[in-house]
Amino acid sequence: MGLLEVRGLTKNFGGLTAVVQLDFDLSEGEILGMIGPNGAGKTTVFNLITGIYPPTAGTIRFNGQNLAGLRPHHITELGIARTFQTIRLFPNLCVSENVMAGLHCRTRAGVWAAIARSEGQRQEELRIQRETEQQLRFMGLYEYRDELARNLPYGSQRRLEIARALATQPRLLILDEPAAGLNEQESAELMGLIRQIRTSDVTVLLIEHDMRVVMGISDRVVVLDNGQKIAEGTPGEIQSNPRVVEAYLGKEED
Amino acid sequence: MNLLWSRLRSVKPMWYYAGLSALLLILPLLLDDYQTSVAVLAGIYVMLGLSLNIIVGYAGLFQLGHAAFYGLGAYTAAILNLHFGIPIFVLMPAGAIVAGLFAFLISRPILHLRGDYLCIVTIAFGEIFRIALKNDVFGLTGGPNGLYGISRPELLGLVFSRPIHYYYLVLTFVVFTVFAARRLEHSRLGRAWMYVREDELAAESMGVDTTRVKLIAFVVGSAWAGLAGVIYASRYRVIAPENFTFVESVIMFCIVVLGGIGSVPGILVGTAGMVVLPEMVRQAKNWRDAWLGVAMILMMIVRPEGLWPSRRVEFKIRGGEAPPPASSESK
Repeated sequence: MGLLEVRGLTKNFGGLTAVVQLDFDLSEGEILGMIGPNGAGKTTVFNLITGIYPPTAGTIRFNGQNLAGLRPHHITELGIARTFQTIRLFPNLCVSENVMAGLHCRTRAGVWAAIARSEGQRQEELRIQRETEQQLRFMGLYEYRDELARNLPYGSQRRLEIARALATQPRLLILDEPAAGLNEQESAELMGLIRQIRTSDVTVLLIEHDMRVVMGISDRVVVLDNGQKIAEGTPGEIQSNPRVVEAYLGKEED
Repeated sequence: MNLLWSRLRSVKPMWYYAGLSALLLILPLLLDDYQTSVAVLAGIYVMLGLSLNIIVGYAGLFQLGHAAFYGLGAYTAAILNLHFGIPIFVLMPAGAIVAGLFAFLISRPILHLRGDYLCIVTIAFGEIFRIALKNDVFGLTGGPNGLYGISRPELLGLVFSRPIHYYYLVLTFVVFTVFAARRLEHSRLGRAWMYVREDELAAESMGVDTTRVKLIAFVVGSAWAGLAGVIYASRYRVIAPENFTFVESVIMFCIVVLGGIGSVPGILVGTAGMVVLPEMVRQAKNWRDAWLGVAMILMMIVRPEGLWPSRRVEFKIRGGEAPPPASSESK
């Protein structure tokens, strides 16, 4: 059984159909790339999986559970974390506070515990700090921990988004164009990081325009065009698929 | 001026707190009864400002009906005290609970909507509340004349009668409020409120139940206003609908905005400007509404972050260079 099963997923925005009858599976431990021309519906698929939009039709099952009607925070709690195409950090909070956001759903302290600073609350705060530090070190951001997020260089902001998502302790990590705006060296580092993330039992679903990144790290690739799946297979199969070349790669080569 | 400022900054904060505490403790010995009464009133407004700051400053929600929750606490105390003779100290939690309950009921259905809707609903609730009071709803509120003869607080045989008694009562509550507000700010919940204020969608996507944390901010802040209302009722022993008008809500809002959103010292500065100054300069009181308007316009132009802002909000509004990392604020 797959970790994520998408069946007949459809989304209409008024008269516009963004996603049509989409089926795909994701098995545990896999890295799945999703590609397609601009406006193909990739980000919409991500927003449907993470509960930001309700689907018009179809089902999304995660770990056997139907995600229909759940709010985004609940889906995150079940183990799906994401990053955003346009970076959405908390710009005026410091780097470590950004990562702590991810730990919110794994901790419990409420009003009374905060005011009384109960033993449990203090232990929990220590755990939050420990895990935050661990994520920051893993992503190579520890030295920036007290900087405001918005003062970080662009590439580090992208990494901070991933650190924040990983702090939610996900089983599935969804990355929306993580290499956008990165230079060649940063992209190479990112690929290394994604591979490392996979070794810690996190499944990865990514949208990416940088073909070197997608083809380099994906086990399988799904190609969308006009909201429909037009191809699915290993990076090798995709690169030689004539429909893909026509719909997507062909355009780029013109 | 700059030299003075930098010297003041280099003094350890502990000494400020020590000096301020000593001053607050001996203050009523230096003041006459009238001035002490003003200090008591100011203390009540500090509580109101701090409670509103949880809603407006920490969670970034717009609440323009805070006076209604303040009034709910005051009327709960007055009604229960007059009808059943329940002592004021027992009624303090009751006032807070009733105010918190109403806050829950009116905000729960709308909190997932955009912030502007909450603002409108709170204004409407404030008006409904005031009009209901005026119309002597259920024959309980005494109509336009309000309720009078509320008993004085009594603790261990001491009947609170002179302004100085109330001064120490209010001071105790203010100190506890500051303490609790600071602890809340630097907690899991306090951070969640900042995430919601900064970017609600990102907060929700990172696993923060945004509706729930907004609800907590609203209910806690309103309940605290209810508690302040009980103290007010026992201090003046007369309450009327005129004490809980829209203008009162606006004054509380101004205390928070004028002083500096999200900042505890800012609330103190804001209260001084909005409550103490007009009381001290009697002529100015008649001019308060006018000076309030002028002050707000000037503030928005010259110093939109408030007189004593929290650093975070200052940089959010002003932009520009990063502040030096503040260890006390970052953890």
